[in-house]
Amino acid sequence: MAENLRVVGDTLPGADLNAPLLEVEDLRVEFKVRGKRIPTVRGVSFTLEQGKTLAIVGESGSGKSVTSQAVMGILDSPPGYVTGGEVRLRGVDLLAQDEESRRTVRANHIAIVFQDALSALNPLWSVGFQIGELFRVHRGTSRADAKRRAIELLDQVGIPDAKNRVGHYPHQFSGGMRQRVMIAMALALDPEVLIADEPTTALDVTVQAQIMRLLKQIQDERNMGLILITHDLGVVADVADDVAVMYAGEIVERASIHDAFKRPAHPYTKALLRAIPRVDTVGRELEVIPGLPPNPAALPSGCPFHPRCWAVDPERCATEAPPYEEVTDDHRSLCHFAKEVYRDER
Amino acid sequence: MNAELGQAEAGPEPVLEATGAVKHYPVQRGIVIKRTVGHVQAVDGVDLKLYAGKTLGVVGESGCGKSTLAKLLVGLEPPTSGSIKVLGKEIGNLSARRIRSVRRDVQLVFQDPYTSLNPRMTVGDIVGEPFEIHTDVVPRAKRPAAVKELLDMVGLSPDHVNRYPHQFSGGQRQRIGIARALALRPQVLVCDEPVSALDVSIQGQVINLLERLQDELGLAYVFIAHDLSVVRHIADEVAVMYLGKVVEYGTGAEIYDHPRHPYTQALLSAVPVPDPELRGHREEIVLQGDVPSPINPPSGCRFRTRCWKATEKCADEVPGLDVGDHGTHPTACFYAEERDVTHAVK
Repeated sequence: MAENLRVVGDTLPGADLNAPLLEVEDLRVEFKVRGKRIPTVRGVSFTLEQGKTLAIVGESGSGKSVTSQAVMGILDSPPGYVTGGEVRLRGVDLLAQDEESRRTVRANHIAIVFQDALSALNPLWSVGFQIGELFRVHRGTSRADAKRRAIELLDQVGIPDAKNRVGHYPHQFSGGMRQRVMIAMALALDPEVLIADEPTTALDVTVQAQIMRLLKQIQDERNMGLILITHDLGVVADVADDVAVMYAGEIVERASIHDAFKRPAHPYTKALLRAIPRVDTVGRELEVIPGLPPNPAALPSGCPFHPRCWAVDPERCATEAPPYEEVTDDHRSLCHFAKEVYRDER
Repeated sequence: MNAELGQAEAGPEPVLEATGAVKHYPVQRGIVIKRTVGHVQAVDGVDLKLYAGKTLGVVGESGCGKSTLAKLLVGLEPPTSGSIKVLGKEIGNLSARRIRSVRRDVQLVFQDPYTSLNPRMTVGDIVGEPFEIHTDVVPRAKRPAAVKELLDMVGLSPDHVNRYPHQFSGGQRQRIGIARALALRPQVLVCDEPVSALDVSIQGQVINLLERLQDELGLAYVFIAHDLSVVRHIADEVAVMYLGKVVEYGTGAEIYDHPRHPYTQALLSAVPVPDPELRGHREEIVLQGDVPSPINPPSGCRFRTRCWKATEKCADEVPGLDVGDHGTHPTACFYAEERDVTHAVK
């Protein structure tokens, strides 16, 4: 890995270079729907260091994408509102900033790659124009220069014949190539944090492997912090340093990659790992998680996972919200029985 | 030929058989005077045999012809040439009227549980609709009871007959689709990506349901999926498709533990395994480029443009799907050689 000492600070006013790259603390998001407030992110905290990959894992509706949108500052308001917490980039609280400063941060420091590149790109402009737009708007670069930079970027993300492809429109690219264009766009202004929201979900496995390899390589080269949002535990096992498992708007378990897979301390994580078939082992019966993920508008009392949990204590779990138990350093689980689950005693 | 491919234990008569099945779609130009400028060779000479109580997995990337194959197998599309036999009866050249009686024996489960159910019909009507078309299966008076029995069989509450599809979750909707497919007591279910739209915890529930139904009813499945882990879990035999052709065909163990075709190997090596201990210990084959267009597929072996073993011979001759001198199972490659890419090697 390149010894890259590039840090945020030169362009971010008030940055403390000793603070963690990205720190999210007690982030809360609510959606207002027909006068009702629906909590979708309920106190999420995590830290991302330079050069590291944090995977946020969860099923649909767990709040993982809303978390990333709130961090990025692109939450649709209405209906979504950040109702509490802090998002600190090198110590600077982004949520306290006005929209104009956030816009600068969004372009220069944090970038996002979406799942669906076809709807994220504008079909009416060539990809070169859309990438170049970043340079023109944020750097005041001339058109010709912006185009030259766009070609460089397309080349870096492995698009063959970038010189000709730069004038092509999104529909002229295959799914994998479009995702590369998205990545090129995200990298344009050299961000320190890259959020990849299900970047390979719509892609075939061989293309997924190409894209994940590209992301990893770019992260190493630029020493970026990467937040990978996904439901695919296989991809997580392949690239992440740390894992945060989300359920019903909360991070229910946070651990290093090896701990999370080897010694999960939350019943949900454990159940998920047993519920997925593996390509390298033959058919044991899949252990299923009964029931459905809860509706955020009507969360179960106590621990929201308790109606589906295999390790449940009917009285305690249904009435008391579980605390964050620290089973080891850097391994926390939101469960009354975290230690027992961790030690495999429950 | 390989004796283990089903014949041994399951009796000699396949319930579903495709021989040299071909489906080409004409590509036309012009508005008033249409002329055919080429053909999409969606399925190009596929041989399959499926025996009672068995599951045949069909895997491949998007555009390989899996879904077209599904349509051929249930008689939704007539083959351009070749034969499709259900319980020994040829369905490839039947008229629309006569094909109905055959379709009773082979039913389709769709990928998308959101668009494959009519939102204006109640669940009872959806599941009972096959009885309206095949009036002789269940007498009218007994139909409501039959519908309730079907719902019970797939794990839904029989009291929900009057609900509409939007009142159910994705997993439950897929169960409705399965109940509808089972209404006419078919012998074969063709499942086209039945779990790929579902969350991990729900996927397991549906897979286990399909396995239980197979045990109880002696069903045979064609299980079409792009997720190789799911197919490993459920399939007895696996056919790997690339650009309309089967490139490798064998038992689960033969395909996953002893793959011989370069494409199968690349595909398997790209599947991430949910175990961080294996990171960097599995063979990685990253294919270059995308799947070529099926309108003008490469000459000779269709995989040669992305294959690291390709020689001139591959461009000139079409490799047959055969066992070869040292092989164990049919592989369409001149240079077929076993290579374990699924497990840790380094």
